[in-house]
Amino acid sequence: MRPGSTTVRWRMAFLTDRLTLAVAVLVALVLGMPLLKPLFAAAFPALDRPLYEADSFLALTLDHLALVGLSSLMAVVAGCAAGVFVTRPSGAEFRGILEAVATMGQTFPPVAVLAVAVPVMGFGPKPALIALTLYALLPIVENTVAGLEGVPEAVLESARGLGMGPVERLFRVELPLAAPVILAGVRTAVVINVGTAAIASTVGAKTLGLPIIVGLNGSNQAYVIQGAVIVAALAVVLDFGFDRLAALSVRWRRG
Amino acid sequence: MITFERVTKRFEPWTAVDGVSLTVEAGEFCVLIGPSGSGKSTLMKMVNRLIVPDEGTIRVGGEDIAMLRPEDLRRRMGYVIQNVGLFPHWTVERNIATVPTLLGWPKARVRDRVSDLLDLLKLDARRFRDAYPHQLSGGQQQRVGVARALAAEPAILLMDEPFSALDPITRGALQAEMTAIHKATGTTIVFVTHDMDEALKLANRIAVLDHGRLIQFGPPLEILHRPANDTVRDLIGREDWGLKLLAVETVGQRVRPDVEKVPGAPLPIDAPLRQAIAEMVARGTDRLPVVDARGRPAGVLHLSDVVRS
Repeated sequence: MRPGSTTVRWRMAFLTDRLTLAVAVLVALVLGMPLLKPLFAAAFPALDRPLYEADSFLALTLDHLALVGLSSLMAVVAGCAAGVFVTRPSGAEFRGILEAVATMGQTFPPVAVLAVAVPVMGFGPKPALIALTLYALLPIVENTVAGLEGVPEAVLESARGLGMGPVERLFRVELPLAAPVILAGVRTAVVINVGTAAIASTVGAKTLGLPIIVGLNGSNQAYVIQGAVIVAALAVVLDFGFDRLAALSVRWRRG
Repeated sequence: MITFERVTKRFEPWTAVDGVSLTVEAGEFCVLIGPSGSGKSTLMKMVNRLIVPDEGTIRVGGEDIAMLRPEDLRRRMGYVIQNVGLFPHWTVERNIATVPTLLGWPKARVRDRVSDLLDLLKLDARRFRDAYPHQLSGGQQQRVGVARALAAEPAILLMDEPFSALDPITRGALQAEMTAIHKATGTTIVFVTHDMDEALKLANRIAVLDHGRLIQFGPPLEILHRPANDTVRDLIGREDWGLKLLAVETVGQRVRPDVEKVPGAPLPIDAPLRQAIAEMVARGTDRLPVVDARGRPAGVLHLSDVVRS
């Protein structure tokens, strides 16, 4: 074998990797959008301003990510904790209530949650954060419960029989085995939230939804496209990223 | 030593274990047998407090187990179940190391112990140490299950129908392994099964349970010769009673200390009579030479002596 060929192959694999490609496209769109100004000008000759320039796309993207990240994190912490709680003997009674609440959170259109939250919390990112967290809760709770219940009875019995306490069982056996399922719930929640966060701009949170909403209000299709394309690319990148994480969480299955 | 004193457990509306008193001596291989629903598994699971009795006391080495923290109690006992229950996300090594790790053994000691156990259970360390459970056959998985149970050198090993799900050949091999391990380690073993052949093969003493009650408790030969009631007779199987007896009695019990020269390969004195009959049929003879454990001639086994009761 030629020396260095492994490195070459590794470099090729990295360059043709779909996650790398998606990240590259996202970065190019975020940073390079101003360069496309002539293109938008040509496509929409009727528009005075064919490029959204009130904020940089980079700042919007980072704000968007922060909103999604923070709301997802809160949903993961609350959702996993709640899922763990209702699968313990002491919390089993609350399971029905929790599932009802989580389902309601998802049934509510996010716009409605925003509308209710604004009078209480005012305009800005706070009501958006609440709405997105509630929205992300259902898939995370559901998958946490399903993942924990999917741990085989024999595995739990031997864990108990060998002398693992409740905490050891949870962290060494149940959560690692439930991780792939929980992760799938987080993935669903995050990808949905990337799209939903765009709506949060209606209550004054700065996100990639801003060009879309400004564009819709002012009949500027170019703005709408610029915002939407980046939101889509962001969703794709996160989805591919979770795909990678999912593969890591079940590495033992390939062994 | 494990002592049950008038132990009762109810799962309303029925009584799973009903006033059982029983002592398993230290170093004994005790098999609990009975039809399904007889309470044999429940009785065993009360020893490591997976099930807590409603009435009565269980002592292990004189200590009332109700006074101990369940986790501490369980770490002192090995536990093997029918469905193995290996941790699928851990390697064979980490699975076997479960209890030593919980007990905080130093890494080097754990590693040495895992190597010894892989040897003891006849698992090639190079092949299996870093393998994951799903890469193993059912028999190999249960070997790892037994190794995991023995890892912290427990004085007591609890086994709940451990070989019932295995094919007959694998089961036979693992039964032989258990007999050898019991001899080598002197561990007290409580073994639950519904298979009388397995019980007769493994046990020093057999406890027969039915409807939560202890029907009979004694060595295999006593169970065969003096079954306490029809339930015991049914468990033994009325038709092949004689064959069961041949499986339990050994050549030594029927050998004639003759000096007569008999041709052919000799039988070891501790072989079951069943094996002797099989050899006689295969060789077309009615007598076989017998040797003792050191290979010295010990006499001759005659067919007529085998069939005489």
